[in-house]
Amino acid sequence: MKALRRFAEHLVEGLLALSGSVTSLAILLIVIFLFKEASGLFGSPAIEKGYVLCVHSTNSTDVLNPYQIKRIFDSETANWNELGGKDMEISLFRFDDIFSLYSDEELGEDYSLLPEKLGETISQNPAILAFIPEKYAPAENPSVKILKIPEISFSDIFGGKEWFPTATPAPQFGILPLIAGTLWVSLFAILIALPLGMGVAIYLSELSNERTRKILKPTIELLAGIPSVVYGFFGLAVLVPLIQRTLNLPVGETAFAGSLILAIMALPTIITVAEDAMRNTPKAMREASLALGATHWQTIYRVVVPYAASGITAAVVLGTGRAVGETMAVLMVTGNAAVMPHSLFEPVRTIPATIAAELGEAPGGGVHYQALFVLGCVLFVITMAVSISAEIISKRNRGKQA
Amino acid sequence: MIETQDVNFYYGDFHALKNISIKMETNTVTALIGPSGCGTSTFLRLFNRMNDLIDNARISGKCLIDGQDIYHKSVQVDELRKKVGMVFQKPNPFPKSVFENVAYGLRVNGAGNKSYISQCVEESLRCAALWDEVRDKLKKSAFELSGGQQQRLCIARALAISPSILLMDEPASALDPISTSKIEELIHELKKNYTIVIVTHNMQQAARVSDKTGFFMLGELIEYNDTKKIFINPDREQTQNYITGRFG
Repeated sequence: MKALRRFAEHLVEGLLALSGSVTSLAILLIVIFLFKEASGLFGSPAIEKGYVLCVHSTNSTDVLNPYQIKRIFDSETANWNELGGKDMEISLFRFDDIFSLYSDEELGEDYSLLPEKLGETISQNPAILAFIPEKYAPAENPSVKILKIPEISFSDIFGGKEWFPTATPAPQFGILPLIAGTLWVSLFAILIALPLGMGVAIYLSELSNERTRKILKPTIELLAGIPSVVYGFFGLAVLVPLIQRTLNLPVGETAFAGSLILAIMALPTIITVAEDAMRNTPKAMREASLALGATHWQTIYRVVVPYAASGITAAVVLGTGRAVGETMAVLMVTGNAAVMPHSLFEPVRTIPATIAAELGEAPGGGVHYQALFVLGCVLFVITMAVSISAEIISKRNRGKQA
Repeated sequence: MIETQDVNFYYGDFHALKNISIKMETNTVTALIGPSGCGTSTFLRLFNRMNDLIDNARISGKCLIDGQDIYHKSVQVDELRKKVGMVFQKPNPFPKSVFENVAYGLRVNGAGNKSYISQCVEESLRCAALWDEVRDKLKKSAFELSGGQQQRLCIARALAISPSILLMDEPASALDPISTSKIEELIHELKKNYTIVIVTHNMQQAARVSDKTGFFMLGELIEYNDTKKIFINPDREQTQNYITGRFG
């Protein structure tokens, strides 16, 4: 009987250890997968796969970076001298253009003459920049120079200010505006939610009577359970038009709307956690303070709030974590323009919203897909940094107390 | 002088103190003894109105300090508590430095002058016989002190705002014998300047430190007299039984 029980205990212990290690392993694998998928982006060719850029052999340009390519194809750079070349208007040549210059017969059966004709076209125009498939590239033609295709570099991604993942021929993966958008929206969300949340938490834990608290607290906790898409819908239907009308803005979908929605969503967490922390202040502390002639209010801000500091920090971090990672509601109300934010009252785009909106359209394994995984990694690093710093802060506070 | 006249106290339906009338002279030590739950702590907490924090608590009768009814509407509780300091059963320093613990009462009372505060802190710590032990640890957390030191810190903290009355609720019950004797010596010293009311479950302690002793049972003040009289020749049999350890 005893042996059986001991065996059962061992079995349970083994099962618990197993489930623990399986869970940790699964999480670790997910993180590894995330970084593995993301790493593919670095070193990928900066223009569409299977294509090359060709210029006339007299052209002094050897290499163009993705940003320069994008500006040329957007007609924002129009002259070779802007790129350090001769003073010539850049004449863009896209692959399809060949079909307007030559008939199908001239291009031969199965386009066998295509490379030759392309070579001809390029050699006739010293200012040309041709974007053509690699397999038709006239490599033998001496008056054609095939530009070296740059690789997408670390600085293109983390220093770039343009996010155009579907631009042809050179997609732009500058994630700065997305990082800035995320931090911008989250920062203001916390700035709104923190004072409000602290106020409510102090009211609930210190000032309200038992009956009010019993009604108010579950109500607030209920708010935490509302799906974010509902908040987003509320924001879109109510907040966005309200902001647009009251502030007289061209669009209501702004960073401010996102911050407001996030603040509302983070409030229940902040209130609940902070209130619990403050209520955990020992009665002896309050009594000691009151017995020294401190008023109720002095006791709150000199004893209760400092005592609950680590709990309040935790509340802020949980709130921030939610704000940084929140996807749906923000996607719905911020307008999603991937530009560097300059004010609260213009559209921004956050990292989670970008991933959610674009992953469905990004072909698996392609650069766009990989770029979204890079975003995922960045988000992971940000949230981890937030929780680690919180851990440090609360440890320091605990050190002061114990 | 502290005086109560026919004080009754209720926690909801529970009648915790029954018709207590007592007079305590200035600069004396009064010990309140009695079995657990007999109402001594409740009685002690009347004088700094700590019982106000409890919902459903009710008081009738008069409670006077220097002739003034402290439950009168015109009395400001925080002002009253500056005059009536309190030391609790368990040491309850704030999660702050030794210095800040003592300075707390001064700060909440609006003292801002640094040299005044540090002078006050030093004096209070000297009064509580703690200065020599903590003079190098003023910036350290109060939690780094031993239990006995923490309790003396709490006494220093109470002394810093110069009250005239000091209420002590079993101040040595959580301490070792050496710390206890230090606290008792301290009470002797403090008697010169303060009126002290102390609740204790330790008969010897009551006998050692107090001038007068009140014996409580089931919310009633059974006997109140000079300590010597109570411990040598009490008038009531219940008192006799209690102090000789036959019950309680």
